[in-house]
Amino acid sequence: MTDRKIRFIEEAFFRALMFFSTSTIVLLLLLIVLSIIYKGLPSMSVEMLTQTPKGGFYFGNEGGILNAIAGSLYLSVGATVLAFLIGLPVALYMNVHLIKRQKLVNTIRFFLDLLWGVPSIVYGAFGFTIMVFLGLRTSLLAGIITVTLLIIPIMIRAMDETLKVVPRGLLEASYSLGSTQSEISYRIFFRQCFSGMVTAVLLSFGRAIGDAASVLFTAGFTDHIPTSLNQPAATLPLSIFFQLSSPIPEVQNRAYASALVLTVIILIISILVRFFEKRYHKHKIKF
Amino acid sequence: MGFITIKRQLRNKIHVYLMIIGLVFVLLMPVLLGAGLYYKSKVLFHDHSIWNLLFTKDWRPMSGKFGLLPFIMSSFWVTFISVLISAPICLLTAIHLTQYAKKWVLKFMHPVIDILAGIPSVIFGVWGILIIVPFISNTVAPMLGKQTSGYTIISGALVLSVMIIPFILNILIEVFRSIPDELSEAALSLGASKWQTIKYVLIKKAVPGIISAFGLGVSRAFGETIAVLMVVGNVIQIPHGLFQAGYPLPALIANNYGEMMSIPNYDAALMLSALVLFVIVTVFNLASRYTIAHLEKTIK
Repeated sequence: MTDRKIRFIEEAFFRALMFFSTSTIVLLLLLIVLSIIYKGLPSMSVEMLTQTPKGGFYFGNEGGILNAIAGSLYLSVGATVLAFLIGLPVALYMNVHLIKRQKLVNTIRFFLDLLWGVPSIVYGAFGFTIMVFLGLRTSLLAGIITVTLLIIPIMIRAMDETLKVVPRGLLEASYSLGSTQSEISYRIFFRQCFSGMVTAVLLSFGRAIGDAASVLFTAGFTDHIPTSLNQPAATLPLSIFFQLSSPIPEVQNRAYASALVLTVIILIISILVRFFEKRYHKHKIKF
Repeated sequence: MGFITIKRQLRNKIHVYLMIIGLVFVLLMPVLLGAGLYYKSKVLFHDHSIWNLLFTKDWRPMSGKFGLLPFIMSSFWVTFISVLISAPICLLTAIHLTQYAKKWVLKFMHPVIDILAGIPSVIFGVWGILIIVPFISNTVAPMLGKQTSGYTIISGALVLSVMIIPFILNILIEVFRSIPDELSEAALSLGASKWQTIKYVLIKKAVPGIISAFGLGVSRAFGETIAVLMVVGNVIQIPHGLFQAGYPLPALIANNYGEMMSIPNYDAALMLSALVLFVIVTVFNLASRYTIAHLEKTIK
């Protein structure tokens, strides 16, 4: 064989491998989603979505997981709102006020990426120490605080990614018309990046609703829908986890159905993200 | 109206202060995390040396023995193997997507990677129990002449390897994109084939970035809790093979939070585990992020 032939075969071999590994990833995603649907769909019922657990639910009796769905929604919405209120000013400050100090901004980004990498179980343990420090019990409030800490870095970095590509000319034009920095931030940059902001919020929300390890310590678990911030709250991931640990087949099947509910919520979020990335350019100034 | 009135100035000032408070809070977070966990675990250091806690395998909370070695070793095994499995897949896919793939493939793969990244940990755990655990116990283990329930180190590693794929892949794609086109154009113009260019120019230049991407994968895998906990078996031992059960550090914390207040020093030991986890993950993160941030300088 000539040298050229070997080279040709080598390239063909690696291209085949590359194609193979790319399709493996697609197949893995399909396998995960389809196996959850396949196992979850048969045990799915209206009752699952509209009722809280009745007596003996964890032995296979009547009831549903409304407690977990409601708890998860309360918790994630609360945490997302808090993280938005803290995250938006920080992201804007980085991209409007500090625009001339890129070195500092990059250091902040570096810190945020570090925080993003901290495992959620560490946030859970830390949330627990805060809880003890503040004298709180396991409750919706403690869960919200912990999850907020978890998603703040995600929120800020996602906003930052859209804000940092706003053209410098927009900033200069606004200054020349006499705007103050905060007006530029909230009235111009925020509107300009509105679709990116929605994406950031949705991403954080998805992370908040899917995370189990951080709420394990702090939010507790209950069969009731919480009516105040001081009550414990069930969450979907923990509900799946607890039901699956049961030796009773009916309860396990309901865990698969609950997993299906969570998967559907996550898929809806990612479809919404894609939708907002494309649309919502009403206030956007084009260059 | 064009004048900056006092009211507008005041509003601006207030907003700036709020922004700075938020920023300081965020930047203090890592310090607070470390300090809070240390504060809660420092009781242990009265009668145990740090060496003793980290490198002995005697875990008997009832008699005050807190050797974390079995958990740390399990975590290292699961993490190492999962990165080993996903590394070649990610590398090949990243090269494919940045060098060969047509536009529509990219458009298709982008959401695939994002959705995979967004799937919650617990769903991966359920999937692991549904697919991976039976696959290990019914297919792989008998093929190798072993018997196991399927709740093993290798199951945990397989589930983890799928979880970290989107994470590593995204960073690898970024790394390959950051390498200037001129380099490969120069190689191509000298008569190198596409594959030779990739092999001798692109990959060579990207080595620090590739290693960092895997480092970030390690840090992500090391802290993963629920998914691993569900499939890894949770037996306290130093694993000696892939088909044995393990008990990683995050699983230890998650499994025992309920009883930690009832045994003296137990809560401190769990907080120490969280601290160890935090330190290891942050060190990996720090080193990898630093390398990636300075990648562009080293290329030019």
